[in-house]
Amino acid sequence: MSNIAVTDAAAPSTAAKPFLTRLGTGFVNRLVIIVPYLWLLFFFLIPFVIVFKISLSQTAIAMPPYTPVLDFRDGISGFFAGFRDLNFDNYVWLTQDALYFKAYITSVVIAAISTVLTLIVGYPIAYGMARAPATIRPTLLMLVILPFWTSFLIRVYAWIGILKPEGLLNQLLLSLHIINQPLVILNTYTAIFIGIVYSYLPFMVLPLYSSLEKMDYSLIEAAKDLGCPPTSAFWKITFPLSLPGVIAGALLVFIPAVGEFVIPDLLGGSQTLMIGKTLWNEFFANRDWPVSSAVAVILLLLLTVPIMFFQQAQAKAQEQGK
Amino acid sequence: MKSLGSIRRDFAPWNDPNAKPYIQFDNVTKKFGDFTAVNNLSLTIFEREFFALLGASGCGKSTLLRMLAGFEEPTSGRILLDGQDLRGIPPYRRPVNMMFQSYALFPHMTVENNIAFGLKQEGMPKPDIEKRVAEMLKLVKLEQFAKRKPHQLSGGQRQRVALARSVAKRPKVLLLDEPLGALDKKLREETQFELMDLQQELGLTFVVVTHDQEEAMTMADRIAIMDKGEVMQVATPAEIYEAPASRFVAHFVGNVNMFEGKVAERSANTTRITGPSGAQIVVENGGAATANADIVFAIRPEKIRVSSKKPADAVNALEGEVYDIAYLGDMTVYHVRLDDGQIVRASALNAARVTEDPLTWNDRAWVSFRPDAGVVLAR
Repeated sequence: MSNIAVTDAAAPSTAAKPFLTRLGTGFVNRLVIIVPYLWLLFFFLIPFVIVFKISLSQTAIAMPPYTPVLDFRDGISGFFAGFRDLNFDNYVWLTQDALYFKAYITSVVIAAISTVLTLIVGYPIAYGMARAPATIRPTLLMLVILPFWTSFLIRVYAWIGILKPEGLLNQLLLSLHIINQPLVILNTYTAIFIGIVYSYLPFMVLPLYSSLEKMDYSLIEAAKDLGCPPTSAFWKITFPLSLPGVIAGALLVFIPAVGEFVIPDLLGGSQTLMIGKTLWNEFFANRDWPVSSAVAVILLLLLTVPIMFFQQAQAKAQEQGK
Repeated sequence: MKSLGSIRRDFAPWNDPNAKPYIQFDNVTKKFGDFTAVNNLSLTIFEREFFALLGASGCGKSTLLRMLAGFEEPTSGRILLDGQDLRGIPPYRRPVNMMFQSYALFPHMTVENNIAFGLKQEGMPKPDIEKRVAEMLKLVKLEQFAKRKPHQLSGGQRQRVALARSVAKRPKVLLLDEPLGALDKKLREETQFELMDLQQELGLTFVVVTHDQEEAMTMADRIAIMDKGEVMQVATPAEIYEAPASRFVAHFVGNVNMFEGKVAERSANTTRITGPSGAQIVVENGGAATANADIVFAIRPEKIRVSSKKPADAVNALEGEVYDIAYLGDMTVYHVRLDDGQIVRASALNAARVTEDPLTWNDRAWVSFRPDAGVVLAR
């Protein structure tokens, strides 16, 4: 039996394979695909369903602090009866209080501005790395990844020390007589931008680097040869060809930046309004789990748009075979 | 169209002392750190010439081409194009275009847009661009592929797009870096003739870099043989083959037999050479060799006759033993070990299906050649 299976597996025609062998290889192939799907099911889809369920309930003084909704305490019939009690009050509430709308908009705007700033800072770095001699590229790559070896929280705290009125930056500028009054940077949006650009820079640089590094430099030479000055060659050849890297980097920065909580909390002070902070307040300060769940669900839906955009761009890049 | 031969026969500006050189390398040196890629090189190329730079990899031929394109500046010396010094002129302002070895087609653009790229840079009006692109597509027979992207084309098609793109601007000079290197043998041979026709049709000056001697011999009007950043000889393919200027050139192009010896006697037309074992040969055109000079006599295999008996009329005949025979169909290559130990390679065209004088392994044999069959070179 095993002999037959071996010889048949080597045969080019799949139709000639015995049924059991086909089932065997098919099963192994499927198992490999199933693992990531199971992971997503348990650690993404089910938690999301739970959050979604909570967002449909009402806050209550209980443990946990919300009214039960759609559970099996009353059996199957109770579960189905629960559908009638479902309400979208929490979602309606989000539209009624301008605070949430503002927080969403501010978050998206801050994340978008930060993404553009990160791209502006990250592109020259990635370009320089990709054009550096091949021998020092691994070192440069290491330097980009190096900050990850220190805790994210500590690095953000360090920025407080740099940006505060009596901090390092102001001391330096005052001692150089560039300014007379300490600059107020900490607890402003500027500080948030600095924090996000600093923290997410590697996520921008790495995909940019990988798309720039594999680009054939003779393309630039060909463009120049055909009468294209260097700046124009950059916009006509280099930039369009690095677009998959730009999109990947932009989304890797934009998506987490929208929901960012630590940076606005530590560097942005109390007046800054971002959805991550709003969510934290609803959850921990107000103990309003259903509303904070609704905030989270809307946030997720909001972010699905750029993710779908990203996937489409990737599929397109793959189709181009580059 | 007139046959290539009739147009080409009288094209020899390099023999005309009044002809104005089109491209001129004047004592050009290019160094990369300690490495000298091009060493004090001077070279002239004429308008409408098909010029080949032939050499092994690392001989500096590509550097020469890149200096002409403007990607490298000479460390010293100057390059003139049509009388204009090219120093300091960036590649995008030079009236030369290059076809890259990797083709360097823009992967995000269609065939059409690749070809139109240079024309758009020039600011050519749109209808003119469309006309020129259509013309170019027709020239390289890719009309139905205009909307394809480079990755949807075969290697040969990509090569033709690269060619169309580089000639679209009608440059004064077209530089071709190993233009046929990535094609398979059959396609390469076809494309060689296409390139020659194209050059004739457009009337452009072509400078092609290649390491393939057959390619250079087929296509070029003149060939420059390069070694270690220097030009060893510049001549027509026939001159390179029949009258190599040095041992290096004789060895580099085709097969050759070298007889080392001393000039025993020198007269106006003939030179008598004595080999180390005392064997004597008499040759015409002794070159600059003077009496008693150490020289080598270089002779191509097809100019040597092999026979089982000493030919009665032969001026030069040496005896030996058949050491190896390679039958190649169209010809047979004999390796004959002479009595002084030297192995001579001789090839004979198999003009008849049956030879009346068959030679086989270990037979005694005579190799003979005419006095004007080879050249005398310095040792």
